[in-house]
Amino acid sequence: MIVATVFSSFADAIDFILHEKESRAGTVRVGGLGEIGHLTGNHVLVCAVALLVACAVSLPLALWLGHLGRGQFLAVSTSNIGRAVPSLAIIAFFVAFFGSGFTNLCFALVLLAIPPILTNAYVGVRQVDRDLVDAGRGQGLSEAQIVRRIELPLALATIFAGIRISAVTVIATAIIAPYAGYDTLGTPIISFNVYGSAGQLGASIVVASLALAADAGFAAVQRLATPEGLKIAKRGQPRRFRLWPQSTRRVQIP
Amino acid sequence: MSLTPVIAQGGGFVRDRTGESSCVSENGFCPDWIWDNLDRYVTPTWEHLYLTVISVGLGFAIAVALGLLAHRRRWLVGPITWVTSVLYTIPSPAAFLLLLPLTGRGNVTAIVALTAYTQVIIFRNVVNGLANVPADAVDAATGMGMAPTQRLFRVEVPLAMPEILAGLRIAAATTVGLAAFAFLAGAGGLGKQIAAQITFRSNVVVAGGLATLMAAGLDLLVLGFQRAVTPWQRAAS
Repeated sequence: MIVATVFSSFADAIDFILHEKESRAGTVRVGGLGEIGHLTGNHVLVCAVALLVACAVSLPLALWLGHLGRGQFLAVSTSNIGRAVPSLAIIAFFVAFFGSGFTNLCFALVLLAIPPILTNAYVGVRQVDRDLVDAGRGQGLSEAQIVRRIELPLALATIFAGIRISAVTVIATAIIAPYAGYDTLGTPIISFNVYGSAGQLGASIVVASLALAADAGFAAVQRLATPEGLKIAKRGQPRRFRLWPQSTRRVQIP
Repeated sequence: MSLTPVIAQGGGFVRDRTGESSCVSENGFCPDWIWDNLDRYVTPTWEHLYLTVISVGLGFAIAVALGLLAHRRRWLVGPITWVTSVLYTIPSPAAFLLLLPLTGRGNVTAIVALTAYTQVIIFRNVVNGLANVPADAVDAATGMGMAPTQRLFRVEVPLAMPEILAGLRIAAATTVGLAAFAFLAGAGGLGKQIAAQITFRSNVVVAGGLATLMAAGLDLLVLGFQRAVTPWQRAAS
């Protein structure tokens, strides 16, 4: 019985994704590949912009601070504060105080995306073996070359872990973007009265697939970006690295 | 200037527009309104705390059990990590709705989803914490004649406690944030309050602030507990 109900709910949801039909009130046409495609495009656009800006802001800062070995307090408290403030609250705060719209929504999502990227990149650089950095310096590399050719490749796994967390958070939070006046896949989820439960479930399926695809995509980019030598080294040893060996375990690499 | 507090009906949030101060009608940040209407936030706060505590407690029990199991049978670490990471990747608002046909609207759906989200964080910290216990300590325990189970609970788990509890802290703070979306599953909480009047500054500040305070408070609570159960860490530092 339950299986049949669940099955028919999901069948309706798939039907909503594939075929246009009348809304619950019967006034407009909703669903179908056209609308879902449009909403997915919007969703991807706002998430991509927010992630790119967050990366552009936090990666250089984190690499630089990590290289200098300064600003641990900043990196740790950014991640702690970022975790404590609910994402819904950040969006709501922006909507209430700065108004709705694409730009404000992007700002809020950038704020959400920065802490994991910043902290992970910082920790990633900090945990690079200092002997390797010294060896690079001994070989005559400039500080910028050390960052680019030693610290960055060795920190890539941790950096990508941060980007992937941010990507998932941003994709999830963009579901409530309609509250900020921007239509995303969250629109069928929030406007239940128009789209009904098939729309809600259908959009949820698409969002979940989007998040899983983004995560897999970043994993693939990470594999491509990792130098061949590191992959061989990784296969050689069972434990890749010890994260944060001291008892300071506030910074976590999820 | 008189404010007429309106009692929430059926868990809903109704705001009376008559007789409001200009601050409130302009959706401003109004300390007076906040002070007069604080009682509106009591029930959502409790709901939010309830969802969080139940989910994190349940999640902690499951993840620790899985972690201890995976510590004995190392081959389980990979598959469990994979499954929990995939669960974590599904956006929480979508997860609540994907569960709806199965568990229906209400707290059950919210708790199932929130519990699933805690797994990846706590499980990883339990497994890493146990793996990071110094081999010397384990050897010494074996040398003193401890059976494997005795060794686990009297040496390995206590030494792994800081990392296990670090996972619990992250899970608690994260769950407070995710529970803000539980209103989509028909469970209340502060998220419902925020979403109901997202343009009203006073409401957003109070409800968002309460959720933030809850996350920070739970974090500090677990930190205090960690200090209490690992006295040797303070002695060493």
